[in-house]
Amino acid sequence: MEQAALFAPPALTVSQITAYLRQLLEGDEILRDIWVLGEVSNLSRPSSGHVYFTLKDASASLRCVIWRTTVQRLRVTLNNGTAVEAHGYIGVYERDGQYQLYIDTLRLAGEGWLYQEFLRLKARLEAEGLFDQARKRPVPTRPRTIGIVTSSTGAALQDILNTLAGRYPLVEVVVAPAAVQGDEAPVEIVRALQRLNRQIQPDVILLARGGGSLEDLWAFNDERVVRTIVASRAPVITGIGHETDFTLSDFAADLRAPTPTGAAVLATPSLADLRGELRSALTLLDGALLARLDTARQRLVDVHYRLDRLSPRRQVQNDRQRLDELQERVRRAMISGGQLRRARLKGQQQRLSALNPLAVMQRGFALVQAPDGRLLGSIHQVNPGADVSVRLRDGSFGATVKQINPVEGKDESHG
Amino acid sequence: MDSSQIPVEELSYEQAFEELETVVSALEGDQKTLEESLALFERGQALARRCAELLDHAELRVRKLSEEEPELPEEMDEEEGD
Repeated sequence: MEQAALFAPPALTVSQITAYLRQLLEGDEILRDIWVLGEVSNLSRPSSGHVYFTLKDASASLRCVIWRTTVQRLRVTLNNGTAVEAHGYIGVYERDGQYQLYIDTLRLAGEGWLYQEFLRLKARLEAEGLFDQARKRPVPTRPRTIGIVTSSTGAALQDILNTLAGRYPLVEVVVAPAAVQGDEAPVEIVRALQRLNRQIQPDVILLARGGGSLEDLWAFNDERVVRTIVASRAPVITGIGHETDFTLSDFAADLRAPTPTGAAVLATPSLADLRGELRSALTLLDGALLARLDTARQRLVDVHYRLDRLSPRRQVQNDRQRLDELQERVRRAMISGGQLRRARLKGQQQRLSALNPLAVMQRGFALVQAPDGRLLGSIHQVNPGADVSVRLRDGSFGATVKQINPVEGKDESHG
Repeated sequence: MDSSQIPVEELSYEQAFEELETVVSALEGDQKTLEESLALFERGQALARRCAELLDHAELRVRKLSEEEPELPEEMDEEEGD
């Protein structure tokens, strides 16, 4: 044993043992993630913004720290004596050799029970199909009337009205006031929803409430409220609490917005969107008319072209041309016809004048006539001694045939 | 509901815009005579003017649901849809 003492490890410093303990505690699986139930005492809020207190029960106490950044996030008001459930990890404050709970989440005691209740009801209603997506109705994009169920004095109503006025002032808003917190709240919310549906029949209903503790929002987990939302004729948009809050009303609603303002946004198009939509509709309108006019113009051109080809005017032009040709031919025919006749006439005249015996006599020929006036054309018509009359150009004289001398080789007796 | 017989000044924004979309589709459909198309176009422009005017001058109307307000008869349901 004495040998052992000789080789004993050197004593640890306080810092070393404290660091070791810290390591041990902070490495523990259970201590890293625990809920602790107790009553607040020795509450201290120094100017640093961090909050210090001791959680106590009948027989023990636990030092607790909430860092400033966590304090700002918590929505619980702490007082000495408040029973709370705190969540966090166990760590060591080395200077004081003190283990303590570093809190990241904190709720009022009883909220844990509420939460269990919440889960149980949620499971039951879910099994009934009340939260089915298939059951949910589409929310109109362009509501004419919006019903609002919320407190008439809360900031939620003002937020919604401001948002609606800025986005979509075309809508008519009917507010059905209801308490949104306290024992009366579920009944009032149910009644407000039912009255809106019966008396106004809005296109959509906004069910809203500003942020609060789980207890504050409890009315929206009431089974009657959930069933009224499901039964509502108008689709329901919820905007309850903050981003992280989910109530059974949110699950039952046709659309869930994180906040009241968000609900107003989901319920309406924005003016900017509407103006854009209107502009594009106008563009389409202009385009459609221009296209229509283009088509009409093109058809007109086509038809006009076809008409032109079939036009009687063209026929008339053709005919006129043909007529011109015919006239030309006639003219030519007439011209050539006249010349021909004239030439023929001349020929006839020449023949006629060639036959005129007087013309022959001009050239010194004579006509010999029998006493009965017969023209004598052959020696066989006379005998010697016959009296004849000889006619010359300028008169006639009587003569007597002395002898007959036929022309050599020419016997005209048969002619 | 067919709003095309109603003067544009009496139409709500939704009615006017819905009819404007109908007019555009009808014009694009090209089934109309030119005269009908021009009439449609003029109607469309009037509808667009009506919409713009309503957007420019709209003010949110808010009222509180009063106890005395009569309940609407159930038969209204079906007509309400369109």
